Amino acid sequence: MGHLLEIIDLEVKFALRFGELTAINGVSLSLDKGDRLGLVGESGAGKSVTGFAIINLISKPGYISGGKVLFEGIELNKLPYEAMRAIRGNRISMIFQDPMMTLNPVLTIGTQMIETLQAHQSISTKAAEEIAREKLHKVQISSPGKRLKQYPHEFSGGMRQRIVIAIALLTSPALIIADEPTTALDVTIQAEIMGLLLALCESEEMGLILITHDLGVVSQVTEKISVMYAGKIVEAGLTQTVIGDPKHPYTKGLIKALPGSLQPGSRLNQIPGMMPTLTDIPPGCAFHPRCNIRGLICESESPALIGFDDYRRMIACHMVDKDIGILSHD
Amino acid sequence: MTSNQKLLTINNLVKHFDISGGLLDQLSLEKWRLVRRRTTVKAVNDISFSIYTGETFSVVGESGCGKSTLARTTLCLYPPDKGEIYYKNERIDTLTSHQLLPFRTRMQMIFQDPYASLNPRKTVQQTLAEPATFHNPGISSREVQQKVAEVMDMVGVDPQWANRYPHEFSGGQRQRISIARALMVDPEFIVADEPVSALDVSIQAQILNLLMEAQQQRGLTYMFITHDLSVVRHISSRVAVMYLGTICELAPSKVLFQTPRHPYTQALLSAIPKLGERRKRHTKLQGEVPTPIDLPSGCVFHNRCLYADERCVREIPRLNRLDTGANVACHGVEEDRLSP
Repeated sequence: MGHLLEIIDLEVKFALRFGELTAINGVSLSLDKGDRLGLVGESGAGKSVTGFAIINLISKPGYISGGKVLFEGIELNKLPYEAMRAIRGNRISMIFQDPMMTLNPVLTIGTQMIETLQAHQSISTKAAEEIAREKLHKVQISSPGKRLKQYPHEFSGGMRQRIVIAIALLTSPALIIADEPTTALDVTIQAEIMGLLLALCESEEMGLILITHDLGVVSQVTEKISVMYAGKIVEAGLTQTVIGDPKHPYTKGLIKALPGSLQPGSRLNQIPGMMPTLTDIPPGCAFHPRCNIRGLICESESPALIGFDDYRRMIACHMVDKDIGILSHD
Repeated sequence: MTSNQKLLTINNLVKHFDISGGLLDQLSLEKWRLVRRRTTVKAVNDISFSIYTGETFSVVGESGCGKSTLARTTLCLYPPDKGEIYYKNERIDTLTSHQLLPFRTRMQMIFQDPYASLNPRKTVQQTLAEPATFHNPGISSREVQQKVAEVMDMVGVDPQWANRYPHEFSGGQRQRISIARALMVDPEFIVADEPVSALDVSIQAQILNLLMEAQQQRGLTYMFITHDLSVVRHISSRVAVMYLGTICELAPSKVLFQTPRHPYTQALLSAIPKLGERRKRHTKLQGEVPTPIDLPSGCVFHNRCLYADERCVREIPRLNRLDTGANVACHGVEEDRLSP
């Protein structure tokens, strides 16, 4: 059986007046049925653009300039507009960061849910309402019948995000792409929403791509992880392995920069400098100006993503010794 | 580092905001009678604490719990409705804004959003020079220039960039400039309201290091407002946990993170996602945070608390000191109903 989702060498460019910018530069990843993948990185790494590219929602001046997105064997980036609409929001759902922006403020929750269902299935309003009620129940919203008649502003942030999840679940999708779904929420609410999402993915056998900058959330919810930097995946593998024993200097730096693991009051390990903007991505390895183990080759040649441990872990770094599988500076 | 000298003392601070609008907005018909009703947001309710010289005092809580209001009221940016604020034994909440000026150089603030808190039409030089010239009218422009260069150097922004505008800098650098602006007048006390929340992890570490260095070099005292508990654990000496405008637990950082006592603190701590740990059971809270317009009676946390009883509904708990050094406002802890 093929993968649920397979991205091969995806490239996204933005055509601007002064030339083209490469936002995504050769990203490959795959997801099986029911897999949960975390896509992490800092702002500007290209995580969200990857998410949008999967459902073919890159708007001008951006475009997919190369590579393939295969979903259940169908090449999504070649699909005509109408055929893509039948998949987007139906087989693949998306959850965005800000629930206030994703819900229409002038329509009731019920209208929005029924509308979504009827856009994808020929179904009576009554039957659609029944499904909507059932899905609201699934995301643990009490008295769903009453809630369907309410407007988004009558709900709190956490409740709104539950409704967004319920809408995403309406068509029983095979894959959910969640772009920073809890970043705008408080920790206690975040814990609830993440727990809910995880439980739903497990019970409905849905695939999940979780786009976030929060390594803590990723390590609790996902099995696989891909770390992005400047439009490329620099390290990928099982979440436990990558977070427990990061190999790429960027992943290492990112995990060490978190305050949690250190003696309180001690100096935090910082990565010097900052992520390059798309206009001036350094030649060679994009991370080399910030890297503490860079060699001469890093300044000229871009490292390929190489598999280790039977391809269970992928690392893009010249300094990783291929035979030993560890960074030479350790 | 931390001394026993109180730098700032706050007694029974109350801050409410009237949001009822004009007279017509306040009027409504109820049972065929015209009634006038005022709506107030009870942001800060009867809070008392002291901050000692040289320490980092953190205030944590979820959005809407009143932590930012507390920060601003502490600096008298909002006049308090009730209560007293003492800065080194001098009462400052009753002073006029003119009388407050000498205190303004000693107390500075850093804001969350470095994009919104810097004037986009002013160069870094102008932004940094303003507080210096405002508070020291006699200062020569050469001295100002020197001071700007010195402070920029200290926060890690190249002084050669002094003539650039904020939009030419990244988020992390802008936050460095905000810190530089606060340091321009050589303050003793800095209130930082979510200074790293808008930044990426690797940049966040840079800014936290900078703040800790500045504290060591200049003997600064911080009041740190944040919702990020891992940051709090790393930098603070004492932590106050806020819920709906009141402090529910105030304890030395180590004690708080090892043995949280208040049920809300316990729920909050258990909700932090930890690295490399599979999903664990977190203490679930029932329901949602009530609005600060209609505060619950008694303990504000009682309708979400698993251990609430009749007394919690009736009586507001006071902060009680425990043997561990923690101060907890909970009837359950006081009556020894709750195990640690």
